[in-house]
Amino acid sequence: MKRQTLGLAIVALALLALPLVLTQIGTAWVRIANLAILFIFLSLGLNIVVGMAGLLDLGYVAFYAVGAYTWALLASPHFDLHLPFWVILPLGALFACIAGAVLGAPTLRLRGDYLAIVTLGFGEIVRIFMNNLSAPFNITNGPKGITRIDGMRIGDFNFTQTDTLLGIAFTGPAKYYYLLLLLLLGVIVVNLRLQNSRIGRAWVAIREDEIAAKAVGINTRNVKLLAFAMGASFGGIAGGMFAAMQGFVSPESFVLNESIMILAMIVLGGMGNVWGVIAGALLLSFVPEFLRYSVEPLQRAVFGRMLIDPEVLRMLLFGIALVLTMRFRPAGLWPEKRHQREMSQALEGTGA
Amino acid sequence: MSAAAPLLLEARNISKRFGGVQALKDVSLTIRTGEIYGLIGPNGAGKTTFFNVLTGLYQRDSGDVLFADQALDLTSPNRVAAAGIARTFQNIRLFGNMTALENVMVGRHVRTRAGVFGAILRTASQRAEEAAIRRRALELLHYVGIAHRAHDLARHLSYGDQRRLEIARALATEPKLLALDEPAAGMNATETAGLRQLIEGLRNDGLTVLLIEHDVKLVMGLCDRIAVLDYGEKIAEDVPAVVQKDPKVIAAYLGGAG
Repeated sequence: MKRQTLGLAIVALALLALPLVLTQIGTAWVRIANLAILFIFLSLGLNIVVGMAGLLDLGYVAFYAVGAYTWALLASPHFDLHLPFWVILPLGALFACIAGAVLGAPTLRLRGDYLAIVTLGFGEIVRIFMNNLSAPFNITNGPKGITRIDGMRIGDFNFTQTDTLLGIAFTGPAKYYYLLLLLLLGVIVVNLRLQNSRIGRAWVAIREDEIAAKAVGINTRNVKLLAFAMGASFGGIAGGMFAAMQGFVSPESFVLNESIMILAMIVLGGMGNVWGVIAGALLLSFVPEFLRYSVEPLQRAVFGRMLIDPEVLRMLLFGIALVLTMRFRPAGLWPEKRHQREMSQALEGTGA
Repeated sequence: MSAAAPLLLEARNISKRFGGVQALKDVSLTIRTGEIYGLIGPNGAGKTTFFNVLTGLYQRDSGDVLFADQALDLTSPNRVAAAGIARTFQNIRLFGNMTALENVMVGRHVRTRAGVFGAILRTASQRAEEAAIRRRALELLHYVGIAHRAHDLARHLSYGDQRRLEIARALATEPKLLALDEPAAGMNATETAGLRQLIEGLRNDGLTVLLIEHDVKLVMGLCDRIAVLDYGEKIAEDVPAVVQKDPKVIAAYLGGAG
């Protein structure tokens, strides 16, 4: 127990010191870290839907978009509205939650591939809406997106400027980092606590056998809707933070690829297991960035010129990683305990 | 059971058709509180169909069910479970990747209340309820005799233990009527004897049991009353000794003109 506490303290200190170290390398890296946290946040939100309740959702980015546009429209010169964060962020979560229920209600009877296709379509519909809601009334400003979005501001504390505290300069991105870390802590606690709760067990039961779940008295309709709505509201919060951080949103940020990316993080890391999902999201957020910064100089040094575009290489490695995971660790890098138990017992079975 | 025991369930004129097949035709039967009621019949007689209609899995074409003096809402399985009828399945349906204990804990769902916010905030009432769920689930695993497998995945239990686990999960919903769909199917003689003891124990503890079974010896020895279905119709309903000698029943089982 004491060792655990010590380990936790070290991790916490490292996480707190990280942006200060990264600032020395370049503020860009703090931004990358922020996006990584945002992706962990999204993966954990989607984990509720896919990992726990077993509902394959390929349109998750739609909720991210709803949250982002809620912030963008209510805190930018576009409508000349500048509402405070404590109004917009919950509102973004609420709108995303409603969107989740809207998606969930008609798809209650669908499972597996069919559900995947409908959710995929839903994600695209939302993006296309954002793209086209510029005429006859200009709501979303179409493909041009919304610019000059207000940043996060708590009272007089502004997240977009540098402040100096105890002689240490905290840049804007560094401040967002701490905020995101706090939010992340929240979503981790929610995930862990739901996992071993009445509702969490009902989700897993539906994933395992929907008919049996109904037969023991679980109202599968409500419980599934709840999973959709919960997952979606986390997407909404992440979207709001994204808009605030970037200061700019456009439909381009919410393409199908993003949904797939978030899903891949869960699958790679280990569906259902909070720590696995975090590991998967970290891996898939940071490795591409490392590649972006290392592949080009490396190729120039070795071959004297660029042979493969980093973007191409990224997708290639990404594909190889997924194939290898599915081949050698089908339950993910860090699977949920029950899957793990299953594997070890299966191995014992063959050994005996 | 004495004939004076009050009625627990009364099914009236239940009919169900699948396309051109009349699976159930005006089936009526009554189950009294505290008895073990057997439902038998040749393959395809409609036993499981009746079960599925009674537990809300299939929607009936006509007829209704009175349960504990109230009209039973047959529109969805979860409502039936909430009303107090729990069932097991012919081909065991457990939550394979959950532990035995978790399976039974899921059974407590319908009698507990904690929601998302309770779970996230870990309120005092949520923690108390969670502890009670766990305690009760362990008790039930003890009751059916598989407490030593509590932390094993359901899918790794032996066939007989899976049957017991399914019964424990059904009991967790606090049923007034436990409906068992061919619980002895695929069991060896020892497992069947154990199952028989378990079902008798349930009755002695005051539970009413509806039993579909192919094992005629088990049914005759165990049940207080038996109904026989053939081609979707009830052809007999009485105590085992009478049903056994009923010419219509003998004809249904052995074929021939009767």
